[in-house]
Amino acid sequence: MHLPAILPWGAADGFSKQMLLVILSVVIIATFFVLAARKQQLVPGKLQFAGEAAYGFVRNSIAKDIIGGRDFIKYVPLLFSLFFFILVNNIYGAIPVIQLPSFSHVGGAYVLAAIVYVTWIGIGIKKNGLRYFKLATVPSGVPVYILPIVIPIEIISNFLVRPVTHSLRLFATMLAGHLIVMIAGSGIEYLVMQENVLLKGTSVLVLAGAIAMYMLEALIMALQAYVFTLLTAIYIEGALHADSH
Amino acid sequence: MNQLIISAATEGAEAANPLVPNVWEMGVVLAGFAVLFFIVVKFVVPMFEKTFAERAEAIEGGIAKAEKAQAEASAALEEYKQQLTDARAEANRIREEARAEGAQILAELKEKAAAESARITAQAHAQIESERQAAVVSLRSEVGTLATTLAGRIVGETLEDDARAARVVDRFLADLETQNAGVAK
Repeated sequence: MHLPAILPWGAADGFSKQMLLVILSVVIIATFFVLAARKQQLVPGKLQFAGEAAYGFVRNSIAKDIIGGRDFIKYVPLLFSLFFFILVNNIYGAIPVIQLPSFSHVGGAYVLAAIVYVTWIGIGIKKNGLRYFKLATVPSGVPVYILPIVIPIEIISNFLVRPVTHSLRLFATMLAGHLIVMIAGSGIEYLVMQENVLLKGTSVLVLAGAIAMYMLEALIMALQAYVFTLLTAIYIEGALHADSH
Repeated sequence: MNQLIISAATEGAEAANPLVPNVWEMGVVLAGFAVLFFIVVKFVVPMFEKTFAERAEAIEGGIAKAEKAQAEASAALEEYKQQLTDARAEANRIREEARAEGAQILAELKEKAAAESARITAQAHAQIESERQAAVVSLRSEVGTLATTLAGRIVGETLEDDARAARVVDRFLADLETQNAGVAK
């Protein structure tokens, strides 16, 4: 599973390619947006316009639309960082030579999901006090005799399953996409090496399929960054307005 | 072949369960994300928000400025209309005054002209009177001489006696005047 370590550094596995890519992604995102935002012209240039469009997408289409109100601006930095951190790290998988989405290793996905988990529970407690756990697990308007069934389901789905699905969704799609593209690549290589001309010819079919899968994966990479951020916004909104749900 | 695959699979499963994370990778992601988050909170979001706010202010400020300009324009129009009304009233007043003044001047001129004509008439009358007087006087003396000479020739006797002649002429003229007066009446 793991690529060989770049340096014999740290623990048993060493400094992996993923670690380098994660650090690189931070540099790319920070450089791009600081450069784009630095000029602050009322009539933006090309770079500033691109930066504003990207920032405005997370700010308005995710944060403002989901969280709404006047509070949303507080959560824009988190959502913005998450979206572009995941996006860049996913897109690595579609770039030739690099061909490795960072979140095809589960560790990073766990970390991000944990950050979000702690954040929304913290927001819920800050907003509603310890009553938040009652609000989050006891839905209003449910007949009393169903509550013994509903409450355990709510506890499991909100506090146990939610962070797991949140992290594994990202990790699994990236791993699966990575595997499919790699398997298609090895499959083509294997078929081209065959002596039988007909068998060799079938490699074209695999190549066509591989290109289609590559396009699909590229779409999923962007989509998963959006989904992860969107779910984060939904969790935060749920914690903020727990008493009206 | 089958054995190889099975052994590879079991070996893989022991070596790397994909759900077990690498702690160091988690550390790198945590640190990397923390750095990114710090930069975003500290620089990126404030700068973008500042630009957005400035832009919104520029647009709203422009609208406010336009509204102010429009208000000023309508105030100026109102003032202009007011001035126009005032000017019209002023013009009417001046025209009225001029008309009154003109009438007054005309009346004065008429009066003056009438006075002048009366004066000229009176002067003419006086002159005529004085000329008539002069004529009467000269006539009286000439007519007297003439008549006396004439009467002397007719009568054959000289009326050289001035005193008597004067008396005769005077009586004649007095008779003439009484006759004239009778005719005039």
